[in-house]
Order: sequence, then C-alpha cells, then structure tokens
Amino acid sequence: MNMLSPQRQRLVVIGNGMAGMRTVSELLARTPHRYDITVFGAEPHPNYDRIALSSVLAGEKTLDEIVINSRAWYDENHIRLITSDPVVGIDRVARTVTSQSGLVAPYDKLLLATGSKPLVPPLPGLTLPGVCTFRDIADVNQMITASETQHRAVVIGGGLLGLEAAWGLKRRGMSVAVVHLMPTLMERQLDVAAGTLLQRDLDERGIAFFTNGQTEEITGTERATGVKLSDGREVPADIVVVAIGIRPNVDLGRACGLEVNRGIVVGDDMATADPSIFGVGECIEHRGQVFGLVLPIWEQAKVCAARLAGDEDATYVTPPLSTKLKITGIDVFSAGALAAAAEEDEELIYQDKKRGTYRKLVLRDNRIVGAVLYGEVKDGPWYFQQMRDGADIEAIRDRLILGEAAASLTGTVDPTAKVAALADSAEICGCNGVCKGTITAKINELKLTTLDGVRAHTKASASCGSCTPLVEGLLLLTAGVDAKAAGPKPMCKCTSHGHAFVRRAIVAEAMKTIPEVMHRLGWLRPDGCHSCRPALNYYLLCAWPGEYVDDAQSRFVNERNHANIQKDGTYSVIPRMWGGQTNPRELRAIADVADKFGIPEMKVTGGQRIDLLGVKREDLPAVWADLNAAGMVSGHAYGKALRTVKTCVGSTWCRFGTQDSTSMGVALERMTWGSWHPHKVKLAVSGCPRNCAEATIKDFGVIAVDSGWELHVGGNGGIHLRGTDLLCKVETPDEVLEYCGAFLQLYREEAYYLDRTAPYVERVGLDYVKALVVENAENRRALYDRFLHAQTFSQHDPWAAQNENTTFKTLVPAE
Amino acid sequence: MDGIIVSNAWVEVARLSDIPRLGSRVVGTPKGDVAIFRTSDDQVFALDDHCPHKGGPLSQGIVHGHNVTCPLHNWVIDLNSGEAQAPDIGCVKRTPVRLEGDRILLALKA
Repeated sequence: MNMLSPQRQRLVVIGNGMAGMRTVSELLARTPHRYDITVFGAEPHPNYDRIALSSVLAGEKTLDEIVINSRAWYDENHIRLITSDPVVGIDRVARTVTSQSGLVAPYDKLLLATGSKPLVPPLPGLTLPGVCTFRDIADVNQMITASETQHRAVVIGGGLLGLEAAWGLKRRGMSVAVVHLMPTLMERQLDVAAGTLLQRDLDERGIAFFTNGQTEEITGTERATGVKLSDGREVPADIVVVAIGIRPNVDLGRACGLEVNRGIVVGDDMATADPSIFGVGECIEHRGQVFGLVLPIWEQAKVCAARLAGDEDATYVTPPLSTKLKITGIDVFSAGALAAAAEEDEELIYQDKKRGTYRKLVLRDNRIVGAVLYGEVKDGPWYFQQMRDGADIEAIRDRLILGEAAASLTGTVDPTAKVAALADSAEICGCNGVCKGTITAKINELKLTTLDGVRAHTKASASCGSCTPLVEGLLLLTAGVDAKAAGPKPMCKCTSHGHAFVRRAIVAEAMKTIPEVMHRLGWLRPDGCHSCRPALNYYLLCAWPGEYVDDAQSRFVNERNHANIQKDGTYSVIPRMWGGQTNPRELRAIADVADKFGIPEMKVTGGQRIDLLGVKREDLPAVWADLNAAGMVSGHAYGKALRTVKTCVGSTWCRFGTQDSTSMGVALERMTWGSWHPHKVKLAVSGCPRNCAEATIKDFGVIAVDSGWELHVGGNGGIHLRGTDLLCKVETPDEVLEYCGAFLQLYREEAYYLDRTAPYVERVGLDYVKALVVENAENRRALYDRFLHAQTFSQHDPWAAQNENTTFKTLVPAE
Repeated sequence: MDGIIVSNAWVEVARLSDIPRLGSRVVGTPKGDVAIFRTSDDQVFALDDHCPHKGGPLSQGIVHGHNVTCPLHNWVIDLNSGEAQAPDIGCVKRTPVRLEGDRILLALKA
C-alpha cells in the first residue's frame, strides 16, 4: 500500500499502446493525483506511434522519432511501467491481474487496451522462417533485416496495411509483389475507379500485383520460398508478409468471463459489463462496431478518461471516419459511403485521366454521405467537415465537386477567416485529434509564436501537415504573429525555418553541432540534405571559431576535396598567387607538376591564377605536395571562401597609377585568405580610376585615387551583373584592411548561405552597412577584431599534409 | 536464379571504419568503380560510381538518410533502390554488399 497517499485508487492498464496511453494522458490532464497507475506492456518499448511504423519501414523515420511517451514521461507522472511482461490473467473477484513473470497487481479500476492481433488465415507454411506479419516494431525490424540480405518480398493483402508494407519494402530495395483477394485494391476505402488508379500508380513504381489472388499455401521447406495461389499461379519470394488485417485481441476479456463478440463489448460509458473494468481501442466492440483507425480511438480515450475521472455524463459516439494512405507521393482520401447504396442516393464524379485525379461524392438528401478522392486530396478534410456537419449543399451543388475554393462565393478560401469562425471544440488536426481551444490555450499559456512551437506543444499540424494553414491562422488570431511572414522561406524541405531564424537560434541558444541544431529545431529528416547540411556547417563554423569542428561530410565535394570537380569527375587545381603575382620558381613548379601528372590542360583564370585542369582524384595529394614544396598553397578556387584578390600593376609600373595597388592587393589577400563565407568572395584593387582590375564588380573593390582609397562593396560579375556601391573613402592602407575585414565579417555573420554580397547588400540596404562599418567606429573595430580572431583558426593550408590522407585512394578488393 | 548469390562471391573490400559516417569510398572492380556508402545508421550500400544523369562520381556526393546527392547536378539517388528521386528519372546499378562485423563484403564475382 502506498503510505503517502492511502486515499488514492489503483488503476491498472493492460496494454502500453496508443489507446491505453492516450487514455492515461487524458486522465492525467483531468486529474493528475486520483490514481496510482500501473501499466503493463507486452513489448519491450515505451509507447510508440504504431501508425508511423510504415514510415519507419520506408526509412522516412527512425524508431526514436516515433516514440510518443518516453520512459521519462512515465517517471515524471509517477506511472509504474512494466514492459516485456504481458498480463496473463485477471481475477475479477480478488480484483488483481497476474503477469507472465508472476507479478500480481491489485486494482480498483482496470483498463483493457490490449489492441489487436494480425489477422492470419490458416495457411500451410505460416510458421516457416521468412514469414512475418506487420504489427509491431519486432515485425518491422524483421522486415528491415530481411531487406538487407534478401531480394524478393511477397505481401499478402492489398489493403491499407499491406500496401504500406509493400511500399516500405520497395523503398528498401526489394522487388515486391502484392497478392490481393479482391479485384481492386483497398476496396473497403476506395471505389473501383480509385482503386484502379492506385494500382496503376503503384505498378509504375515497380510493385507487381496479383489481384483476385487466393493464397493457398506458403511454399518452402527450410524457409519460405514463395506463395502458391489457388488458380495455380506461383510467386517466388524470400520473405512473405501477411498483412490482410487485424482482429481484436480479446483473450484476457474472454478468459475472465466478460462479454465478447468480435471484440470485448463496452457500453457508451466505455465500461464492460463489470463496472470496474473499462476498455478502449482495437480490442473493444461498441454497438456492434470494432475499430482500426485512430480517430474514434482518441474519442474513446477522451470519454474513458472522463469516466475514470468521475464524469458520469461522458458518452461515446463513434465519429464518422476518414482514411489516408501513407505512401509518399500517392494521395488518397476516403470517408463514408463509397458508392450510392439506396435509390435516393446520387453520385457526383469528376475525373481527369491526364492529371491522374479522380473524385467522387455520394449524396443523400442534398447532404454528403461519402467522398473518395484520388491524386488531389486537399479538399478531403473540407468534404469531411461538410459530411460531419450534415451541411445542405443545395446552393453549391453545381460547384461542389470542384472543391472548397470553387464552392465558396469568393472563389478563394481564407484559412484565417475560416478558423476564426470555428468553435473552440472544432477539431483542427485530425491526425492527432487537437481542437481549436487546445491550440489557442497553449499559444496563450506558453506565448508561442511559431508554427514549430505549436507543433511541439500540441502536436497539431505535426503529422500530415494538411491543417498547417489553419494553425497559422490561429497564430495570427491569437498571438498576432504572421507565421508565414515570420518564417519567409524555409531553408529546405528538411525544416520550416528560414535561414535568418536558424542563424539567430544557433548563436542565441549556443548550439554547437549539426545534430544538436537539427534536433532542437525539429528537423524533419535526421541527416538533413545536401542543401541544409553545408549551410549549417558554415553557420556553426562562423558562430564558434576555433570551437566548432568542421564536418567534412557536410561539405560540398569541392570543399571536401580541396579542388574543383569537373564534368568528367576529374578536378581542377589552382594554387594561390598572392595578388596575382608570380615568379619563375612557381611557374617552373607548376610546369613540372603538369608534366609529371600528365595534366591535359592549363588555363589562366579571370582571377589572375593558373588553373591545372583534368587532375585525377587519386593524384590530388601528390600534386599538392609538389606545389607545397615550391612554396605554394591552396588557392581556394573551389570554396565558398575568399577566392582571389585581383590587382593591376599600379604606381610601380603604370604611368597612370596613383598608388601601389599590387602591394595593397597582396596585403588584403594575406589578411583574408582561408576565410570561409556564405558564398565565394572576390576582391580587387585598381591603382587608378581607370579600374583595370575591374574592382567595381567585386564583393569588395578598392580603387586608388590621389588622396587615398575608394572602397566599394556588393559588386557581382556573375549571372546578375551588379556594380558596386561606394561605401566610403579612406586614406591609409591600414584603414583599407580594417574596413575590408569589418565588411567581410558583417557579411559572414549576417548573410544567408549561398547569398553573395550583392543580394546581401540589397537585402539589408547600403545605409545599414554604412551605419555599422563606416559611421560606428567602435562597431567596425569589433567586427574587424572578430574577423581577425576567426582567421587565426582558418589560415591553414588545406593542401598541406594530405599525402598521408588515404581517403583519396581507390580501394582494391582483397583476393 | 535471379538475385541469389553463391557464397564464394563475397569479397572483403574494406573495414567499416575505413569509411566515415555519411561518407563513401571507391572500390576499383573489373567492371568499373563501385561506390560504397556508409549511412548515419551504419548501414552500407554499394552502387556504381556513376550518376545516371551525366556520369558524375556519386561517391563524392553528400550522403543524407539513405540517399546520396550527385556532386555534379544535385540528382538525388536512393541508395536502397539505385533510383533517382522524382522528378528525375534514372537508375544506378547496385552491387550486393553486406557487413560481417566490421568487414564490408561486396559480391564482386557474382
């Protein structure tokens, strides 16, 4: 007995799955201290999102990502969690349950949430190795392991479950065939037309179908080798997945004498005939109906929790159901009736074969009673809402089939106005069962201002995302935040955050590694992509000089291999020539390298350097070693980095020259070489206003005049030609260095990755740059100091000591 | 029989530790270069080192999830299937590969 709270009742939950834990969550939200809660789970895992198993199988999510309640959550809520130990008996007289290991737990209230078992037909060969079902993490792990060494899979079952299994295995590289008993796929959710479109699209993705296929046996002696159909067809396979459906897991209920039909029978109060025993989820039967979709189960959890909390009025009514298929790129929506069933029923059908879209509405008495959408499903939730509301569609009947926008009077739908008109109890997120009132309460309570904040704290819009416009509307209405404007353009498909937000967050929250940024900012894909990883690597490098460890795998090939990849997979190598100056010793070394390695072409670049083209990857370290030996270092001609400082000969030789532009250029290059930037950076110094070094199309251009130096910024000679803006005029070479370093540091700290200085200056405005770099001397020196500090860590020749680096070598297989 | 590898075809080409996570190495074979990839979950994949688009060396691309992005024109190739991600269309030949402890074995003689 718990001595601290003897008045508490004991609640035992059998089943650590979605239904049971949802009920417990709802209960804790209502009354956190009423019960001492014990949860028994047969699986070794904490509660996870079973619906997302297909995403795990398809490699789109990891197991960690689908955990709903971590073990810490159980601890925090003082729930005793017993995993890997299923309950084997219930004693209704003594009010105790007994687990497999012999543990006996007494209860005042008992919740049955035992879920379902895979439906498995009595087939010969079912017990062979290589045969599995698709129900839990162990099944998914078995399939993933099989996909690594095996090649052919047969999935028995062409319904929702079977198709998601087939798609996951296909994504993992297996060749997949689906055997389905019926003539068309997903016949319970789709009519023949939509089912046929679905089969065609999956067929194009390489999944083979055997429809009208009655499986007779799974063949094989040592392990499964295929399936044999009753019409004689045989399908070879290394693994066979049985995914024809589920049946309620009623064993415990039946054994303890509760009423059981297809499921354990419960009333509108979610209680069984024994008032101290409740049931929720896939194990129960309510008014003759059993359950497999999440929406009614969330509703059951709500009602059951209310009853457990003492609310005698809570009553369960099964809501209308809708279905979506979780196969990336294939959009299917289905709700209610699939076809006209009675004489007064009507069907509205719209089909566009070329676009591969199809929609059918079933009407009765001017009300929608069914919808099947294929290919284009964004109107699904709206049709579903009309259906649930029982809305009279007479007035919009002529446009109804074209969807919400066409049916509304203005031709467009303003999600903000739409969400404003909804009651607090209206459901916004169907995937996670979150209503408007919950979202607005959380926004107010936690001062949420971002879409991701709402997602993190309410789960609304965190699954399929189709309610995102509504959630954005709520943010606008409740917090006055325009989430769309606040996060202008996401960095890439891995995140909804824009570059500015991510840059700020890295500094403000002292995030120090790429995985940390991805984790804390809710990246959608665990390793990101080729677009966001290099950006994050740069942002971290810029924010934490000397501290952040550069991630080579997040560098684009050129920066990883310190050379510029060419169309044929060879590389170009450009040694640095300070300010464009060279000498016979360097030129000899370059010529020797070209001869020694058979380099096919040499060229002088626009930045006054010599380019060695056609170097093989394996030769790179040796080429660099020879160039290093002659005193040359990497020219960084491959990087989002300081490239070149182009100069003219200046007053040393030129009859028009006013200053020593070459020496100024060399000094600038000595200061800036090795620096990493959001994009490539080019400098130039011209010795007079004739501007032979073309300084006015450079990122930072210097033009010598009689009385000193003009400093120009934001020029670009690339795709979008942009002349520089005049920043200011200074008198001494030291000032040129200081202003240059300050401007480059400002650009480094504020520009978005892959923006050159030209779009950066246009974005922030020249006045802003002048204010920080010219007018505020203290700020200029601070920027300059930060630039020089960062340079102490970056001025290492990446070519040096690469001779020991074996990663450039091609591996030779062992004999 | 399609897809069945006789056991003596597996050849050790590297140790897992020879390849950084989210990285790749090139194996020279009589039929051309094969790129071996190591993903963040320590799985290994082997594809021809040749993008179906313009032949770019996939081994030099950025690896993310079970994908690699070709360094030449950013085609994204699915390491599982060898197929290019939509909207691009193309397929890279796969070579069976497996891990035995730390040893990476490639089915080269199949």
